[in-house]
Amino acid sequence: MKTGRNAFLTLLATVAILSGSVLLGARQQPAAARGPAPSLVPAGSAPKAPDAAGFLQRWLILEPIRVAPQLTDTAVQAVVKKEYFPNQFTVIPHDGDKVSVGDESLSWHAVDTIAYNVNLFHFAYALNKPTSNVLFWAVTVVESPREIPNVRLAIGSNAASIWWLNGQEVIGIYNDRQTVIDDGVSKRLTLKKGPNVVRAAIVNAGGATDFCARFLDGDDNPVKGIVVKLDTNAKGAPAQEHR
Amino acid sequence: MSKFRCGVAIAVWLGLLTGAFALDGAPGMHDPSTVILADGKFYVYATGNGLPAFVSDDGWTWRRAGSVMQAVPGGRPGPDVIARGGNNSWAPDIIRAGDRYFLYYAAPGPQPKAAIGLLIGKTLDPASPDYKWEDGGPIVWSDGVEDSNAIDPGVLRDPTNGSLWLTYGSYFGYIRLVELDPKTGKRLHPERKPVNIAINSEASVMIFHDGWYYLLVTHGSCCAGGNSSYNIRMGRSKKVTGPFLDNMGVDMIEGGGKLFAGSNGRHIGPGHFGLLDLGDGVQKFSCHYESDLDRGGVSVLDIRPLLWRDGWPVAGDNFTAGTYEIQSVRTGTALEMAVQGVPVGGARGRGGRGGAGAPGGRGEPGAPQPQPPPPPVTPIAAQDAAQVSANWPSGPVDVRMAPYMVQAQQKWTITPVTDGGGYPGSPFFKITIAGTERALAATPESELVVLPAFTGAPEQLWRIDQLTDGTYRVMPKAVPNSTGPLALSAVGSSSPTLAKFRADSDRQRWLIVTP
Repeated sequence: MKTGRNAFLTLLATVAILSGSVLLGARQQPAAARGPAPSLVPAGSAPKAPDAAGFLQRWLILEPIRVAPQLTDTAVQAVVKKEYFPNQFTVIPHDGDKVSVGDESLSWHAVDTIAYNVNLFHFAYALNKPTSNVLFWAVTVVESPREIPNVRLAIGSNAASIWWLNGQEVIGIYNDRQTVIDDGVSKRLTLKKGPNVVRAAIVNAGGATDFCARFLDGDDNPVKGIVVKLDTNAKGAPAQEHR
Repeated sequence: MSKFRCGVAIAVWLGLLTGAFALDGAPGMHDPSTVILADGKFYVYATGNGLPAFVSDDGWTWRRAGSVMQAVPGGRPGPDVIARGGNNSWAPDIIRAGDRYFLYYAAPGPQPKAAIGLLIGKTLDPASPDYKWEDGGPIVWSDGVEDSNAIDPGVLRDPTNGSLWLTYGSYFGYIRLVELDPKTGKRLHPERKPVNIAINSEASVMIFHDGWYYLLVTHGSCCAGGNSSYNIRMGRSKKVTGPFLDNMGVDMIEGGGKLFAGSNGRHIGPGHFGLLDLGDGVQKFSCHYESDLDRGGVSVLDIRPLLWRDGWPVAGDNFTAGTYEIQSVRTGTALEMAVQGVPVGGARGRGGRGGAGAPGGRGEPGAPQPQPPPPPVTPIAAQDAAQVSANWPSGPVDVRMAPYMVQAQQKWTITPVTDGGGYPGSPFFKITIAGTERALAATPESELVVLPAFTGAPEQLWRIDQLTDGTYRVMPKAVPNSTGPLALSAVGSSSPTLAKFRADSDRQRWLIVTP
């Protein structure tokens, strides 16, 4: 695991430096990557089952977007629903894909977390990116072997967050808050057979920031049999979510 | 200390009761039996001519259903019962035994001569072609001289082994215990002497809970309206045969007895405890009040929550109207309409440390500087919907949970609904955001929504049962598209839903507290 983290550090550092050199070269020196991100490793290529408690541990995460530190319902809705980059509500990015937000170029990173949660502070800090007053976008694709009705997406986040499943907004939790397992839980949903796209926008005002997510069945137990399947190696035009 | 006058008094006021009181319909009765649920209806039997029968479809609204003796051959107690006691019928108790029912009743003669008779029936429904009661003869009796008055039967099936037990007696002598044959309902060992287990009481019955046998009896005087001192007391034992000690270690055969229920509010003289176990951790008890001041002082049936605390049953109270916080036991968060909250008193910082009048500095060196007088401390008014609802959506609004911060969207007014039906002991309630008509409702997807106005639809009517631990189960009367009962459930810290009730989980347990 240590080897993996070191490799991830190298990767994140390289990405950060390259991004900075392209975007910031004329104005300022890019900040050097720190690292390693102690709880994150580069995503593997084999499909990844959720952990024993059902938490999804593989995500594509966009480097943070600077936003105003407002966490009320209306402020978060406004911040998240603003368009920062093309197809932000439908894109299924690849590791290393870049988007332009204002005058910044931000990269998507495919990561595996070694914990139940995804530590966004670790993620951003390792890249020498801001951790406060930021918006993170996260995407993952859950492959289901069959249609599964009456499931719920159950998440926790620090701080506010909005969540979509297959393009449908299903959870919004607001205000300054810590990540609590199953804090925000969707109404009953259906996981379709095949890929299901989970998308999250997490807004942090300051301090620690992370999230966790899992699917619960009709008895509030973790859904079994699903895997996370990201096309982590492919490059080129990002895929689009088919709703 | 006798009940000679009860039958006369009941005949005067039965059928005269109207309006909505502790129970609805016609709950006027004295010495009620255990309330029994059979084929989806609730039945209870009481003292009076021919043993009056009462039935309810929901446990809330009651109606007379004739008299037991109408379905007994000869229309009165069997000849052996009359010979051992007399031609009266008081204070019955009932229990299901396989596909039959055993109904025990007192047939007193000149007191304390009395007998307890057995009636055996296949159905409780007077409309059924199988409805009839067969005389099972006298079970126990008192000869008028011995230290016993064989009235007020109470029957227990021991859940540990299926054995059947009968307690009986009144103030003349002892409360006695005999074992019954679970197959016949008659005495299992008629050659054995009954066991004396208590004194100075009547209306005895035993219940079993968590390894203990509890003997509940009624102390005090009956049958004097508002001057009746009836009160329910109890002791417990690890053995069904006693000794039954109260919380202070006093044996009930020496007059001990921890108070379970006494007079309170508008109800004077509770007596004749009966257990109504609805399953899923919901227990109720029935009793009568000697005098219901809201019904002109007559005697009525009531059904109330039964709670357990420190190994003793506690008489709960049915839910009453008011404005409340509805807090999840699972998460500690409060149910709220999903609108952006406004801090009570408006947004403000925490201010300087040290409270009003304290220096604002934190240990700066040098001589104290004169400080301007602090502004006067004034209370902040409670937040109500009128202050903050200008931006609330006019249509249906989602429901969620959040830390309770005394905000308007978190305060719910719970109000009984007239003519909406009910459940054992209570009418259904509507649950609205305080100061508005916005009503909590179940959706066809078995989720929750706050609707702009209450319409009285079944999905807007709520059953609020207090569970044995004092928390509440909250259930809609009906959920569109759902066939089974569902309960308000905290599926997550911020997310309520409707789900099947699970007694082993805190998901569906709620605290309903004053805001």
